[in-house]
Amino acid sequence: MVSHQQNVQIPDEWFQQKGKDAEKAESVVRPSLSYWKDAWRRLRKNKMAMGGLVFLIILTLFAIFAPILSPHNIETTQYANQNLPPSSTHWFGTDDKGWDVFTRTWHGARVSLFVGVAAALIDFFIGIIYGGISGYKGGRTDTIMMRIIEILYGLPHLLVVILLMVIMGPSLTTIIVALTITGWVGMARIVRGQVLQIKNYEFVTASKSFGAKTPRIIRKNLLPNTMGPIIVQMTLTVPSAIFAEAFLSFIGLGIQAPVASWGVMANDALPVILSGHWWRLFFPAFFISMTMFAFNVLGDGMQDALDPKLRG
Amino acid sequence: MESRKFAPIDENQGGTAVAQEPARLRKRNKTFTDVMLSVRDLHVSFKTFGGEVQALRGVSFDLYKGETLAIVGESGCGKSVTANTIMGLIPKPAGRIKNGNVLFKGKDLTKLDKSEMRKVQGVDISMIFQDPMTALNPTLKIGEQLTEGLRTHQKVSKTEARQKAIKLLEVVGIPNPEERMKQYPHQFSGGMRQRIVIAIALICEPELLIADEPTTALDVTIQAQILELFEEIQERTGVSIILITHDLGVVAKIADRIAVMYAGKVIEIGEKREVFYSPQHPYTKGLLASVPRLDLKEEELQPIEGTPPDLFAPPIGCPFTARCPFAMEVCDRIYPATTGLSATHAVDCWLQDERAKKVFGHN
Amino acid sequence: MAIYIVKRFFMMIATILIIATLTFFLMHSIPGSPFDEERTSNPTIQANLEKFYKLDQPTHVQYIHYLKSIATFDFGPSIKKPNDSVNKLLARGFPISLELGMVTILVAVISGITLGTFAALRHNGIIDYAAMAFAVVGISVPNFVLATVLIQQLAVNWNLLPPATWSSPLHMILPTLALATGPTAIIARLTRSSMLEVLTQDYMKMARAKGLSPMRIVLRHALRNALMPVVTIMGTMLAGILTGTFVIEKIFAIPGMGKYFVESINNRDYPVIMGSTVFYSAFLVFMLFLVDIVYGFLDPRIKLHRKEGDA
Ligand SMILES: Nc1ncnc2c1ncn2[C@@H]1O[C@H](COP(=O)(O)OP(=O)(O)OP(=O)(O)O)[C@@H](O)[C@H]1O
Ligand code: SF4
Ligand SMILES: [Mg+2]
Repeated sequence: MVSHQQNVQIPDEWFQQKGKDAEKAESVVRPSLSYWKDAWRRLRKNKMAMGGLVFLIILTLFAIFAPILSPHNIETTQYANQNLPPSSTHWFGTDDKGWDVFTRTWHGARVSLFVGVAAALIDFFIGIIYGGISGYKGGRTDTIMMRIIEILYGLPHLLVVILLMVIMGPSLTTIIVALTITGWVGMARIVRGQVLQIKNYEFVTASKSFGAKTPRIIRKNLLPNTMGPIIVQMTLTVPSAIFAEAFLSFIGLGIQAPVASWGVMANDALPVILSGHWWRLFFPAFFISMTMFAFNVLGDGMQDALDPKLRG
Repeated sequence: MESRKFAPIDENQGGTAVAQEPARLRKRNKTFTDVMLSVRDLHVSFKTFGGEVQALRGVSFDLYKGETLAIVGESGCGKSVTANTIMGLIPKPAGRIKNGNVLFKGKDLTKLDKSEMRKVQGVDISMIFQDPMTALNPTLKIGEQLTEGLRTHQKVSKTEARQKAIKLLEVVGIPNPEERMKQYPHQFSGGMRQRIVIAIALICEPELLIADEPTTALDVTIQAQILELFEEIQERTGVSIILITHDLGVVAKIADRIAVMYAGKVIEIGEKREVFYSPQHPYTKGLLASVPRLDLKEEELQPIEGTPPDLFAPPIGCPFTARCPFAMEVCDRIYPATTGLSATHAVDCWLQDERAKKVFGHN
Repeated sequence: MAIYIVKRFFMMIATILIIATLTFFLMHSIPGSPFDEERTSNPTIQANLEKFYKLDQPTHVQYIHYLKSIATFDFGPSIKKPNDSVNKLLARGFPISLELGMVTILVAVISGITLGTFAALRHNGIIDYAAMAFAVVGISVPNFVLATVLIQQLAVNWNLLPPATWSSPLHMILPTLALATGPTAIIARLTRSSMLEVLTQDYMKMARAKGLSPMRIVLRHALRNALMPVVTIMGTMLAGILTGTFVIEKIFAIPGMGKYFVESINNRDYPVIMGSTVFYSAFLVFMLFLVDIVYGFLDPRIKLHRKEGDA
């Protein structure tokens, strides 16, 4: 606490009323950024997540362009180039058919990314429709639809996927179909939860007679907020689909050569790992792990960035 | 509306919760002499992503034995931080006591290490939290939650602890205490849970009870019952109570003295009568003017226009300047000294300065 | 609680029924029945198939019969090996797989919870960052990659541990490590986040305000609440570990059920694939049921209520 003696040095003019400083009172309110801008600002601060994002962008670019630009042929067997270690012509070495591992790796990236992204997108659409109807209709419909989900949730997904793959025969389409047949359930649950939130909000505001403003509020504030968990779920679906694809390759249900996925490449490399051809396993394994890592840290980062609870 | 905002409280204005009180005040005209707790120039800060929040910026007050001190103020002004600091519950390392002391019966609690502090927590000082729905551990029987403090601090047998807990449940008004001991929190109503929380706080017979908004989460009838319970307990045990609240009705009912906080400082403190009937700080006046009146009914406590200052970069002068109708240039520049108005009433405001009085006349 | 258990029990039965039905009809949808004589080319096998699937009967009779067999724990013959059946393979391989799975889950639960708890208690400290770095890596590196790296480094290059099979405790270290890392990471992350959440709860503050010892606060008040979400994911976790055993057993040449299962996939031994899938699914769904019951006992809101308390 300040002592009274200070008053001695204070000029008298300071004791004049200046009234309420309305502007100043307002200015202390922190500027409110829009939800997405705010989330983006948080995400950008997260170095790991940004690292993941950058990695994924580069990976995607390589997956698109590297196979086109590569001079190496991976259609016909080239026995002259069998099992060469990494060199300036074959950056990642070659495999037992003489194919360039670098070129194959980027073909594999196409497969893995395609599987992951396609599975996430299809999950998203089915989830939105199912979860949306369930949450929006409510009542009996909701109860029944949720019971179904509860039972499906109890199914061991990967086993069902194996079963489907065995029946349908391994191909890019069947792998995506099999993954989404089991995968949409989690998304539907989340969508339903979010729809219920929106409904609840509608109810609250309607009862307070917000009137015509309600749809606008939903569009401007609520929808972005509820999209958060859905987007995070999508981001995390991608690595689990990539993992599932690699896993299936490993138990003999992969997409076969020459445009093989990373999982198939790694599986093919297993028998020769002890003969010292480490590059054949290392590169696909490295890229599987890095891609999953990148998606995981990005998903985590987005979760933190989008979580409205943390908004200060 | 506008005219009501800063009008001084009129004693004859029968409608307010405040004006009904004088009879009670006289009835309870105790005097308190022994200082039990003395908070001196407490500064507490929290490190956050956005920077350092200066939650307390020099809080001082005394608490006498057997009295009830109410701490009031807007949300975020530092009431809970004050309570937590006294209780040794500031989350470390984010929160830090930068300066100041908490003297409890002459012992400086800020200097105690964790294990020494544990001998004070729940034994000498107990705390009651706002939301009884979340203050009890959902997975433990209430019997265990009641007795564990006692068993930690005193050498008592299981049965002794049980007996004491059952007796205490009776005191706080839980019927069938023996059976209730075996139940889980979700089997009790909100009001019952708050009674249990109070029983837990009392189990080691503390000398100081800190209640952080103990009735905010309860509905009105239960609120009244809980307040009565506080009074009853105080009469029985002579415990001192620090009561944190937004609700001036609660203050009027059971406080002996009132401390008004604003932006991490106590800006006015005095006996209930003094603060209610001759508030000196413009903020206190505004606060009192915004008390919901019976004839306006159920209106949320309307705080004064504007928002409190940003505690990341608190103003050097009076923090109320931006919202104060009497603000002067000096208020912006220098924090007002504390002026004693009586032995018990003190205020931090430049209006107490002679030079200001010349400008504004006497108010 | 009784109603809760009964409800979960019927859900379990429903799920198993769905899987059995799905399996049955998928099998029938394979182009050119997998039981054609030219595929089997062995009279004993053909006889086994006729006997198990009642191939001469109409589909619905076959279906009913199939369900009955499943209900009596008979999962069908093999079309590749005349003297084998799913039950025989299970008798040979499942105990080993179970052992691998149990050791893994034990390691994952103990280390995951410990790691997650310490990370939460030292929030934003070095332990926290290290544990979470480990956790993201652990979740991102697939177990087959980890398995090969472990063999390559610890077994081949440094010769510290045996590279394959399941014949002694020493042999168990690498497969368990490879299989447990992912689940450990998941449990650690979940424990940490739920612990952090619990630590901010009012009842934790109340426990501290009682002056209880830190041990008691963590063990009695925090951990029990924090572990609830961990219990709920145990079901999915088990499924992950179980499917994980397929690749781990293949890589480490462990003669468990997983190895036979992968073999049956590779040589398209459809009846074995079907039988194993149904068996594994039933096993997992049963584990899920047990997990639900354990959860019910841990959460007094479910334990004491006639009606189901959770949302
Ligand atoms: N753990 C913490 N970390 C960061 N800042 C905190 C923390 N605890 C409190 N604060 C800040 O300290 C200031 C005072 O908070 P406090 O909880 O004491 O307010 P209060 O007066 O109790 O408000 P209310 O009436 O809403 O309970 C606030 O600005 C708050 O943001
Ligand atoms: S010091 Fe100045 S600004 Fe602060 S309350 Fe008094 S008159 Fe108002
Ligand atoms: Mg508070």
